[in-house]
Formats: sequence, structure tokens, C-alpha cells
Amino acid sequence: MEHLQININDFDDELSPFDGIDHTLTWKDEPLLKVRRLNKKYGSGCMLCESEHGMSEKVNRCPNCATVWAMRNVSFDLYPGEILGIVGESGSGKSTLVKSLYFDEVVDQGEAYLQAYEKQDTNIFELSNQQKRFVRNHLMGMVYQNPLLGLRMNVSSSGNIAEKLLAADHRHVGFMRARASELLNQVEIPISRMDEAPKRFSGGMQQRVQISKALANRPPLLLLDEVTTGLDLSVQAKVLDLIRRLQRQLGVAMLVVSHDLGVIRMLADRTMVMRNGRVIEQGMTDQILEDPQHAYTQLLVHSLL
Amino acid sequence: MFEQNYNFAFLDEASKREIRRATLKAIAIPGYQVPFASRELPIGRGWGTGGLQLTLSLVGKEDVLKVIDQGSDDSVNAVSIRRLVEDTTGIRTTESTEEASIIQTRHRTPDHPLRNDQIMVYQVPKPEPLRDVEPSETATARMHGEMDYSPMWLALYENIVKYGNMARGADYPVMINKRYLMAPSPIPRWDNPKFHYAGFLSLFGAGREKKIYAIPPFTHVESLHFDDYPFEIENFDGASCIDCGSANGFLQVIPAKGGTWIHRCSDTAFCLARRNASLKNAEVQA
Repeated sequence: MEHLQININDFDDELSPFDGIDHTLTWKDEPLLKVRRLNKKYGSGCMLCESEHGMSEKVNRCPNCATVWAMRNVSFDLYPGEILGIVGESGSGKSTLVKSLYFDEVVDQGEAYLQAYEKQDTNIFELSNQQKRFVRNHLMGMVYQNPLLGLRMNVSSSGNIAEKLLAADHRHVGFMRARASELLNQVEIPISRMDEAPKRFSGGMQQRVQISKALANRPPLLLLDEVTTGLDLSVQAKVLDLIRRLQRQLGVAMLVVSHDLGVIRMLADRTMVMRNGRVIEQGMTDQILEDPQHAYTQLLVHSLL
Repeated sequence: MFEQNYNFAFLDEASKREIRRATLKAIAIPGYQVPFASRELPIGRGWGTGGLQLTLSLVGKEDVLKVIDQGSDDSVNAVSIRRLVEDTTGIRTTESTEEASIIQTRHRTPDHPLRNDQIMVYQVPKPEPLRDVEPSETATARMHGEMDYSPMWLALYENIVKYGNMARGADYPVMINKRYLMAPSPIPRWDNPKFHYAGFLSLFGAGREKKIYAIPPFTHVESLHFDDYPFEIENFDGASCIDCGSANGFLQVIPAKGGTWIHRCSDTAFCLARRNASLKNAEVQA
């Protein structure tokens, strides 16, 4: 609508640092995200599977009590501006990990520290619901495998982006429209379609709207869960190019989950291999793909072609 | 002949006490919806049972009651409720806003300024302001608890995108005491500003939904608005009431012959008082 077209440059001050975010930090030497010993199980657990070496790493289901361990002692660091790839077969705990970090899943045990949050020394899983919402809305963006989870299909694309801005207490329609135009432009969605609902978009476009929504509040951390699964190859390439370009332009750190080693090779600086809820190997992506150490990683890499 | 006798104000004393407790809690937490055990009454759910239970729990023998429906004292709903209260309490009722100590209303706040010792009782069909954007009661309870009102703001944003303004006529959501989002019952936007730091007590009762909430006197009440899209009340473009000539009250727009429109005061008591005053002035001058 013409009366709503406003230039983002009119709102330079609107995206100034929010309360609670320390933008003065120099993160380069410190991890942006520290995750320690995350555990998530489906079931009550028993003496056997609760003990450190009770279960073989070849299974994630306890033979005694049938509890499924979706994550078992998962620990890693993510540095500012870095892309960390998480790779593994279906059911290895990749998605559970990112959903837990975005508070969609409740973890049973473990700690995570976010350097960008004012309470850097507080385990984010122990925050109050309001604080968790603050972290979700200001410091993280999430792109789901299924756009239905990340978008409101009946709300306009600009409205989807505005939702994230509204959650961060923005109350200026002109600013929100301008920011939505800027973001949709970045992900190559025509501005003329910004007031159309995502249900009228193709799968690739929906993923791009999701990415722009996730970036609305300029979060330092983006979580991407199988973003290219289900898209055809040309659209996949476009989305991957877009992610890479945004990472270079904005310097945002990313946690990229995929079972496709091609995606990981293209995007990730470092790679973590998961199997049966455990991290079995992590290192530089080239090293993991060219010189895998763990037998499972070798199998995974060699089954690529 | 068998004669039916009722307790004073129809409800038994224990029921009235429970409703008063819920009311006190509602006053203590402005805008918060307090659940209560809505009683059976000799009128149907959805016909003002919430407001009526509040009125019945509040009235004393010295009270004077006024009941209005969309501003009118003479609608079937208003007359039935007034008669029920008269028959079960024997208290005096009135059509004058000034005389009343308790005013039970459906969908309007009187245009005549209210005194600090008057109590407004609103009949509420849908107490949950978030119901249109969130169907789950558990989810809306969480949203109120965490003050997560972004879906409501998003709905207003979408209205602006589609229609160029926040296209909501009645039941326009208000923020109470900068804490709770509240549905002011389906009153026109015209009446929303009357709540802001008002001296009178406003009580809201939803019988079907079993909720009571309140705006205590001198409370900050703000209708939702964006920085660049301010909240606006209805605009009648300078029109005035065809009967009393008032342009200061909320006007009903009524289609007339020849495709034209006439305007008439929605608050019948306000209109009548103005007409009586002008007649009196004419008599004095004559």
C-alpha cells in the first residue's frame, strides 16, 4: 500500500541496542554460545541408562527401560560469525539440539551460556519464561525445516516479520514496513508481494521469508534446521547462496543442521557429527570431510557418492 | 395461592459473598480476569447474567439502579433486568444517570459525566481480548502471565495493512495499568477514553464465560495504538442529534428516506435530559 511505503534510512535509531544486550563486547576470543553436557531423554530412565557408561554409543534406546536418549552429553562452542554444521542421520538428535536451544524443547539436564545476553554467566535454560522470550526474540532467529512451524501462513509476509519486531517492543508501523521491505529485498522477494500471505508462495520463497523473519531483530545467532530439505536443487542452491551471503554481510553466527554433507561442505566453517544423540566427532569442516577419524564419520563421508 | 419468596437480590448470601470476593480480587488486580462460579439466573446465559450477578451482589436497600442496553433505558433486555431487580429487592430504579448509584449497562457508557461514587457494571459477552488471535484458554492465560501481547498487536498491524487503519469498531482492546490487556466489552471506541483515570469504579461480568474483571477508580487506561497510527474515536463529521441537537454524545446513524442518514443520541437519558432542559429554558423565556 502506497501510504505505508517508508524508507528504512528514516529509522536509523530504531534498531539501536536493546536493553539487556551488551553490544560493546568483543566476542572474537570468547565463544558466543557455550553448550555443556546437554541431555534430553524420552522416558523415565533407569540405573543402567542414567549411568555414564551404562549404554553403548551404538544405540540411543535403553535395552532395560526403553527410554530414548535424544541428546547425551552434547557439548560444543560456537564463536561469533562462525557457521557450525551439525550433521548426522535421522534420529541422531540434530533437530532436538537446535529446538532445545530455541526453547521449543525442554532439556532434562545441561547448560548453555550466551555471550550476547546481559546475564552471560546464567544458564539460559534456567531463565524465567519472560527472559527466555527475550532471548528468543532479541538474540536468536530460527528457521525451521517446515515453514508451517516458523510462519503464520494467513498473515502477510511483512506481518510475519513485524511479529518478531512487535515482540521486541517496536510500535512504529512505518519502521516495521521499512524493515520488512529491507529484509525481503535481501532475500530477493519482490516488495510488491510483501503484503501477500506466505501460503501463496512457493516452498523456496517461504523458506526465504522465514530467513528474513529470523533476521528481523538482527540477532547474533541464527539456528537453521534442515532449511533446504524438500526444495529442488536450483532453489536449494539459491537458499544456500543467500545464507552464505547474509552470513558474510551481517556477521551472524549460525548453527546449521543438515543430513546433507553437500550443504555442510558449502556452508560450515566447523562441523560436528552426531549419532544416537551423542557428538562423536567435531572439527574443521575440511578436516572432517577429508580425513574423518571416527568409523561412523568415515562411513557417512564415503556413502556420499 | 402459592407465593414465591426470594432472598434479597435473588441470590443466596453465600453466592453473593463469593461474587463480592471475586470482585474485590478483580479490583485489586486491575484488568485481570478473575474466575467465579457463575450462578443460574432466571434469564438466559448471554443475556447479561454476568452483569446481573455483579449488580445483585452489590445492591443495598439504599441503592438506586439504572439499567441501559446500547444506551437505551427502554429495550426489552434493560426493562427485564430492571424488573427482576425491582421484584427481588424492592429498591428504586431510575432512568436518570445522575440519580443512579449503580448503572448496569450493555455496550455503552453513559454520555453524562459520572460521579466518583457511582459504579458502572458492564455486561460482557467475550471477556478474553486475545480470543480472536488465540483460541486456547491455556495459551491466553500464559500470554497474560508473561505479558506477551504481540499477536494482538500483529492483528492491529494486519488491519492497517489491509484497510489503512485499525479497523475495530467496538470492544477495542485497552491496556490497564500498563500491565493487563483487557476487553472493555463491546462499547464503541467513543467510550474507551472515559476509563482513563476515571473517578468511578467499572466492573465487568461475563456470566457465560464465568469471569469478573475491573477498572478501579483513577487507573491508567490506554487503548492500543502505534506511534504513527494513534487511537481515534468515531468521527461523525460535525453531525448532531436530530432530537436534541447534541454533537457531544455518541450518535447512532440511522438510514432515512431518500438515501440520506439521520443521527440520534445513543444515550436516551442524555438526549431526554437535554430536550427537557431546552423546553424548560423555552418556558422560562416565555
